[in-house]
Amino acid sequence: MQQERSSQTPKQPLQVRKSQTDLSAWRKGRTTNGEKSVQNHQSPDGQKNDSEQGSFEQALSYFKKVPDRVSLRKNTALQKSLAAVETIALQRGLPPEGFHVLLKVALSGKLADAVNARLLKCLVPASVVPEGAVVSAVSLLCVSKCSSNVQLLFIRWLITMFDYIDSKEQLHALYAVFFHLLQDEKMCPYVCHLLYLLTRKENVKPFRVRRLLELQAKMGMQCHLQALLSLYKLFCPELVTITLPGKTKNFFKNSEGPWKAAMNTVRQRNFPVHQPLLLGTAQPQSRKRKWNAQLIVPASSTSRNNLEENRGSHVDLYSTSQSFPVEQLQTFPQLLHNIHRLEFPSQMASVLTNPLLLHYMNCVKDESVYLRLHFWMSQALQEECTWCVADNHQNEEEFKIFLETIYKTECFLQEGFSSCEEFLYKSLPLWDGVCCQSQVLKLVSWIPLRSFSGMKSQLYDPLAQLFFTSSLYFKCGVLESLTELLQNWLNCHMFCPDSESESQVHSLDTTLSGLLNALAELINFVGRISTAALRLERKSSFLLHFILSFYETVCDIYLRYNLPLLILPPAGIFYPALLSMSPVILNQLCYLMYRYRTNLVAAKKNELSKKKSLQFKISSQTYREYNQYVIAMVGCLWTSNVFQKDTHPQGLRMDEELLKATAVQDYKTSFNIVYHPAMIGYAVQFLQQAFPDEATLNFSLIKGKRWNWYLEFLYAQGLEGLKAFIESSINRVSRAPHGKAEDHESEDRV
Amino acid sequence: MAAGVTPPRRAAPRWLTGRQFKRRPAGAAPGLSLAMESVDVAVRTLPSIGRLSRGPPFGRAHGRFGFSPSGRPLPPAPRSEENVDLQSTAFLLHKRWTLYSVTPLYKFSDAHLRNYARLLSAFIAAEKQKGLAVEIGIELDIKVAVSSLPDLKGSDQDHAAILVQLLSRSPASSKSSEDKLIWSGWFCCVSGDGFPENLPEDFTCLPLFLANGAESYTSIVGSWFQKTFDCYFRRLAISPLSLSWMAAMWTGCKMGKTASAIELIFSVPSLPQPLDISYAIHPEDAKALWDTVQKTPGEITQEEVDIFMDCLYSHFHRHFKIHLSATKLVKVSTSIASAHCEGTIKFLQSQYLTGVLMLLTELAISQIQ
Repeated sequence: MQQERSSQTPKQPLQVRKSQTDLSAWRKGRTTNGEKSVQNHQSPDGQKNDSEQGSFEQALSYFKKVPDRVSLRKNTALQKSLAAVETIALQRGLPPEGFHVLLKVALSGKLADAVNARLLKCLVPASVVPEGAVVSAVSLLCVSKCSSNVQLLFIRWLITMFDYIDSKEQLHALYAVFFHLLQDEKMCPYVCHLLYLLTRKENVKPFRVRRLLELQAKMGMQCHLQALLSLYKLFCPELVTITLPGKTKNFFKNSEGPWKAAMNTVRQRNFPVHQPLLLGTAQPQSRKRKWNAQLIVPASSTSRNNLEENRGSHVDLYSTSQSFPVEQLQTFPQLLHNIHRLEFPSQMASVLTNPLLLHYMNCVKDESVYLRLHFWMSQALQEECTWCVADNHQNEEEFKIFLETIYKTECFLQEGFSSCEEFLYKSLPLWDGVCCQSQVLKLVSWIPLRSFSGMKSQLYDPLAQLFFTSSLYFKCGVLESLTELLQNWLNCHMFCPDSESESQVHSLDTTLSGLLNALAELINFVGRISTAALRLERKSSFLLHFILSFYETVCDIYLRYNLPLLILPPAGIFYPALLSMSPVILNQLCYLMYRYRTNLVAAKKNELSKKKSLQFKISSQTYREYNQYVIAMVGCLWTSNVFQKDTHPQGLRMDEELLKATAVQDYKTSFNIVYHPAMIGYAVQFLQQAFPDEATLNFSLIKGKRWNWYLEFLYAQGLEGLKAFIESSINRVSRAPHGKAEDHESEDRV
Repeated sequence: MAAGVTPPRRAAPRWLTGRQFKRRPAGAAPGLSLAMESVDVAVRTLPSIGRLSRGPPFGRAHGRFGFSPSGRPLPPAPRSEENVDLQSTAFLLHKRWTLYSVTPLYKFSDAHLRNYARLLSAFIAAEKQKGLAVEIGIELDIKVAVSSLPDLKGSDQDHAAILVQLLSRSPASSKSSEDKLIWSGWFCCVSGDGFPENLPEDFTCLPLFLANGAESYTSIVGSWFQKTFDCYFRRLAISPLSLSWMAAMWTGCKMGKTASAIELIFSVPSLPQPLDISYAIHPEDAKALWDTVQKTPGEITQEEVDIFMDCLYSHFHRHFKIHLSATKLVKVSTSIASAHCEGTIKFLQSQYLTGVLMLLTELAISQIQ
């Protein structure tokens, strides 16, 4: 199966080689399996097996000394032996030692062609084919004792079993012998295939190239020659070149026909769960395009930069025969084994679709690698951008895929590309916010952290314009992407605090104050657009959720990322969230306030413990603001005095006169965890469970002990944020029935 | 394509005195041809460079988002006085070249030009006969010559221009006849001023590529260079703004008696059928006008270019009641060179070759930046 595949795509010749199963492991497995199966099998079956084994051994010793020219029809011993071998081979496969004997007989020409063919057809290995047997078979082949049909069948067998040969060093030494067989017109297609499997760089010689070209001239365009020549080109681009026609799919004739069924049977028996391990990144190449509009990421191909070195004028240290062509890189182990002799592809852009090369790129510190990618990508992005280039709308799907590829690469490398960043700066002002929406927003999240002043006009202004004029969903998308952006910046700071090594074209200002300014600028920007968006979208809970998710990252910066930066959400976000009708939002807000508290307390402690004045510390304004918020929250959720105590200039404080004028009864108690519009649903549910017989709901029953039960009930509903907030920020005095809230922080007077 | 075809030009009478615009007898109106030419303007590039760049949409940005200069130095004096062999570049004249921008070439080396020629010629043969392998180094139908044009550069920092020529081998029987040139293209960099900054040694900056010949050969040669030196070719369109710069700069050049009329071609947008307006001006009149406009010593400013064009527009409006400012400038022809917005150019004067190339290099660099 694997061979068939490999023979179709000459660009990945190593699929054959790498796909070899670990035979030694299998052999062990097989013996134990065998023992088990013998035990488990019913005895008659076991006996049958034994007798088959016996007759097989007899058959082998018969074939060892079979006399010349025995006729099958007349000789019962031969008939019996042949049958015994076939039975074993087609069911269980042959043991390694069988191949010596059977190959020798089949190719020695002692028996009739029909018998030789039958013998070859049953050469199915149970585990491996020993290399020695193959080598001696090849020597027999060369003395031409057998007919051409048998020779052909043998070559086909060799191709089919190539993966099962236990070692191939001696076979490689026979390269010239196989190459010589090319002149046989009938065998040529199969020999090409075999050479394709065997060829290494050192086999590619000018005289062989010439010989192949002669064959090409004689026979015309032949798939098998094309495949072999393209492999030669791969190894030695300075000797030969070829452009493969796009449409060919099968370069080689199928060789495994006679053995396919038997191989499957044996494989299924010996490898109960056989899964072909194919990690190839082969992707369909799409149709023709203009030559210089190469949105199609180029295929990996070996660098031609060794072209000059082959002129032999100087000794090159990185001997070209040592380098490992990237086309052959298919698996991670291969990468590990060849990492010292791997070369980047001639077109760097091909790494975008090759995760293995991305791994390699990650560990190579070479500026030119990034520069090559940078030049290519910035041109490709500009040329293919569907909203910057007139009449380019039909390519939107492709452009989407391209942007998606870049995004995935950035995620893989955990690093934004500067070419992509520049592209965004240039194209965002022209963007309609619809075309490739999700891709563009994803790419925004990988804009590298820079503290240059242009960020506002390059990114924030165009983004804000789109933000205010687009739908609710677009707004949420922008917020999500900015949340990612903030996280990426923070992570980037965490994992590479000193980016001196990063000698990029545009080095980033990595001083702490620069970093803090850039972060604060982003957070304040999100605060501003969120405040406005909440008004525009009538305080949509959906939008609030995205806004608060952003602040979930913001509130933990001090502790999680060890940066002296704490920015509270503006009142325009805090109050809509506090008065939201949705318990989810209220719960999220409680969690945020709890985390802010934890961070502020830690910051306070740190500042007190280090006597000397720190260069960066949290401003007292932040503490004050937090305390105002906490007072409002506690008043709103617990002490029912939000109207009296909320001191925030945009807060809920109201004069008693005014409140009376509203004619609302019990306005004092209208905000606490029972009456808050987001919570009243829970209160109803609680009352229904606690007093199932009561016809009317009497909320005033929830007090004292029941208040505590109600709290437990709320916690059991999954309001973890609320729990954390109440437990951290409300100091309950055990004897007081309602507990007593404290605006906990004394820091506000610092 | 309008490339290479000079539209029929009416007589270009002396009408423009420069200092003042007098009403002229109707018969002496400026040459105008309202030709219903179909011009293929579907260029696969940005409508103008300005749209994608920040700040003044023109010129070379210094630094990341730095300012581009609003002025340019005066075109260098004709190079005939210098010790440059004009013959060596004469073959570049009077051909219409298609312009491309090219990102820096990776691992390109002047020492291997012959080798590149061998590889490229085999590549061309393989591309033309897909599926047939070609041995490298043998004689093929199409011969490739890659050579260096050491004179073609602006400063010592510039890399010498590289010329690629495809020659069709004459049949073996007639050995006397020479190989026929079927396609040529060249890379160059005139006063690239060390762009981009701190480019590692492995890169060679030749940002401008000019091709003349069948597009199919351009594509084969271009893709070979892209594959081999990991670069990116992109068509280089010339924005109307750049064209007006060219019109002004080239008007100001001293040409002597041989000067031919300056012709500007405008295309009227949003019409069911393409309509082109050709505006021809006697070179001396144009020069006179320019001399009254150009005041800044040593350089030309954007403002001066705008004034120059506005004067031409208002004169045209006086006679024809057509606002040329509402149309798109698509082509400029002078005795120095002729340029089309689709990104083609024809050089007409050897001594101004490097001057024009300098401007084009600048445009190419701003496209790959």
